[in-house]
Amino acid sequence: MASALINVPARAKRGEIIEIKTLISHVMETGFRRTQLGAVIPRDIIRRFVCTYNGTEVFRAELHPAIAANPFIVFSTVAVESGTLVFSWTGDHGFSATETAAISVD
Amino acid sequence: MRFVGAVAALAIAASAVAGEIPRADRRSGYEFMSRETRAMQDDDTANPGMLWVLEGGTLWEKKTGAAGRACADCHGDPRASMKGVAARYPAFDAAIGRPISLEQRINRCRIDRQQAPALAYESRELLALTAFVARQSRGLPIDVTIDARTHPFLDAGRATFHRRQGQLNLACAQCHDDNWGRQLAGNVIPQAHPTGYPLYRLEWQSLGSLQRRLRNCLVGIRAEPYDYGANELVDLELYLLWRARGMTMDAPAVRP
Repeated sequence: MASALINVPARAKRGEIIEIKTLISHVMETGFRRTQLGAVIPRDIIRRFVCTYNGTEVFRAELHPAIAANPFIVFSTVAVESGTLVFSWTGDHGFSATETAAISVD
Repeated sequence: MRFVGAVAALAIAASAVAGEIPRADRRSGYEFMSRETRAMQDDDTANPGMLWVLEGGTLWEKKTGAAGRACADCHGDPRASMKGVAARYPAFDAAIGRPISLEQRINRCRIDRQQAPALAYESRELLALTAFVARQSRGLPIDVTIDARTHPFLDAGRATFHRRQGQLNLACAQCHDDNWGRQLAGNVIPQAHPTGYPLYRLEWQSLGSLQRRLRNCLVGIRAEPYDYGANELVDLELYLLWRARGMTMDAPAVRP
């Protein structure tokens, strides 16, 4: 079950730099670990995180096996207009999660 | 060599009389953490434990079992009904005549009221519900009830805490009463006050219960850990919560 926590300021001034925090629930299994019987535990990680702001991509990250479970990604962008931020995470085994947050800019 | 032996004997003699930590000196594990880890716990969008709380909130509303009832159907608004509840556990259960942990209480509710199967210890669902309930007690003082009924179990927990066990022949008290604040390899030994369980441990990359932590410690002293839900672990929980009485709950906490 994918669950995510997003922190976006509800209001901002035009041109202001805003900080966005995202935390998503994911095991981030590296693919290098083995069970006690020696079988490789298959890799299961998030590969890509994208944030769009009213349809424009403002942030993108590629994730790799060394990243800890429940990735916490913080980034900033410039508040240009009121609208919606869409966050999407995609990964191994068809993993996909999307969250949205509204921001009002004055 | 004899001199070293004498020093070691002196050190053990000194530690044997050190005893319980005075109230003024008690410190939560939070105070032993780095600034970065504290910041992680303090910010609800950076604290991964909140992911379990979020999930617990969903489970709280979900109807389940043959009775088709959700936690919310009986308990209503958790902010009112569950406030301070986690701070009182382990609590005495009259039906079985001994204290039970918060996890056991949730499972009793599932079996008796919801007629649903018990959740496995350390399963995502049980941790989520426990974290959700514990979150409602954040900021409140730990307040376990010690009376004539629970006193024998408190004594049993205290005895376990002070009993040397395992191949290393160590008692909990030798680290956590006598040598807290000192280093064990690269880590500072905390005082073992369970203020924030279930908590997110960076080493686990997951949320875990107090019993998981206690079992970790038992493995560390090369003792055979008690099973999840064992009476010995619940008694030990009761003693630890009593030992931390009055300290502030900060569940779900983050610990290294």
